[in-house]
Amino acid sequence: MLNSEYVPIKMEEDLLLVRKCVRQLASSVGFGVLDMTRLMTAAVELGRNTLIHGKGGHMRAVIVVKDKAKGIRLDFEDAGPGIPDLDLALTDGYTSKDGMGLGLSGAKRLVNEFTVIPVTPRGVRIIAISWLDE
Amino acid sequence: MPEPLDQVLHLIFDEYQEQLLEKWVESQLHSDGFRSYLVQEDELREQCSSFVTLFVNCFSKKNHPDMTSDAWAPMAALLTDIAKRRTNQGFTPSETATFVFSLKRPLFHLIKEQSQADAKVTERLWEISLVLDTLGLFTTEVYLATREEVITRQREEMFELSCPVVQLWDGVLGLPIIGTLDSKRTQLVMESLLETLSSTQSEITIIDITGVPVVDTLTAQHLIRTVSAAQLMGARCIISGIRPQIAQTMVHLGVSLGDVVTKSTMAAAIKYAFEFQGLEVNPINK
Ligand SMILES: Nc1ncnc2c1ncn2[C@@H]1O[C@H](COP(=O)(O)OP(=O)(O)O)[C@@H](O)[C@H]1O
Ligand SMILES: [Mg+2]
Repeated sequence: MLNSEYVPIKMEEDLLLVRKCVRQLASSVGFGVLDMTRLMTAAVELGRNTLIHGKGGHMRAVIVVKDKAKGIRLDFEDAGPGIPDLDLALTDGYTSKDGMGLGLSGAKRLVNEFTVIPVTPRGVRIIAISWLDE
Repeated sequence: MPEPLDQVLHLIFDEYQEQLLEKWVESQLHSDGFRSYLVQEDELREQCSSFVTLFVNCFSKKNHPDMTSDAWAPMAALLTDIAKRRTNQGFTPSETATFVFSLKRPLFHLIKEQSQADAKVTERLWEISLVLDTLGLFTTEVYLATREEVITRQREEMFELSCPVVQLWDGVLGLPIIGTLDSKRTQLVMESLLETLSSTQSEITIIDITGVPVVDTLTAQHLIRTVSAAQLMGARCIISGIRPQIAQTMVHLGVSLGDVVTKSTMAAAIKYAFEFQGLEVNPINK
């Protein structure tokens, strides 16, 4: 079985694929309905940021194993303007457009590990991991 | 000229298969526009190796590639697998087809080296074939883009059909939302809701989101917008069908739906609406 999925994010419809792909991986790993919903929601938020703020990019989703724990790692990357002030971007309610400003901070709360890495020369990469608790 | 060329091909297949494979893999890895992050090198190498082996095998049995024949069946299976994988990995149709076409350059090169054919003629033939490949690939891309447009249009039409506003009772409208509440759809939902509100003079709207898979911040924004529009027309809104996992996720996300009345099920919402209208449902006394 191929444990890694690649989803290009270029238009609104692609977010449906993001959600579907995360759902599939999460259920194959054994996530319950609550954890699955949390991860799908985080994925849609990050994917929409990739689309809207990052001007398009892609998501890679993989099943990860550490010691005996299983989880899912979502890796979003775009070549947009990047996030100049991460603290500000992670502030609840901050938006540079007309969003709710809760996507980034909310996604961070919905997963176990959350890393934002600037991409050179432009863009951001966001890695979010959710572990399945046994 | 066919005989000597066949001999050259056999020579290449017998003696230079390794070299052909190596050159092919290298040329793909280093070609312009090859998106190395889409596929791992060992996967590519394995696909190329299987392809060359099968190509030599099938081609020796039957020169004409009839993909439905037994002779070419293994090749058809391999290409099906590769094409499916590449679709999922995010390659474009052209990039996928280029996998096969790109074998031509190293193969032609070997043929040129091993045969006495006129170098200028073979070079020219190569160039012409490259032009035709590019044109052929272009038509495939256009074909697929057109199909995608058709699919998108059909999807939109389906959307329109799937946002019915139903009258549940005198003065009570129901708006079951199934699927994703994106911007386009919110627009449609809002228009038909406002129209029905005014034509039926209804005072209560129940928006049911049992069929919405996730409520992210944009969905929440759209819901709030729809509710405010209905309130501006003097109608009261109830949101029903917020499943427990959705409610919990919304809390962590930090979104709230404002002061809208929410009910866990459509039935509870209908009951609330009746109470609001001063109605009560009782069994018939026989
Ligand atoms: N991929 C990205 N590229 C550039 N900026 C981003 C990206 N993701 C988030 N941001 C910035 O962080 C802000 C907060 O993001 P978010 O919490 O999702 O709110 P919203 O998307 O509603 O604006 C955005 O308004 C934007 O300025
Ligand atoms: Mg956002």
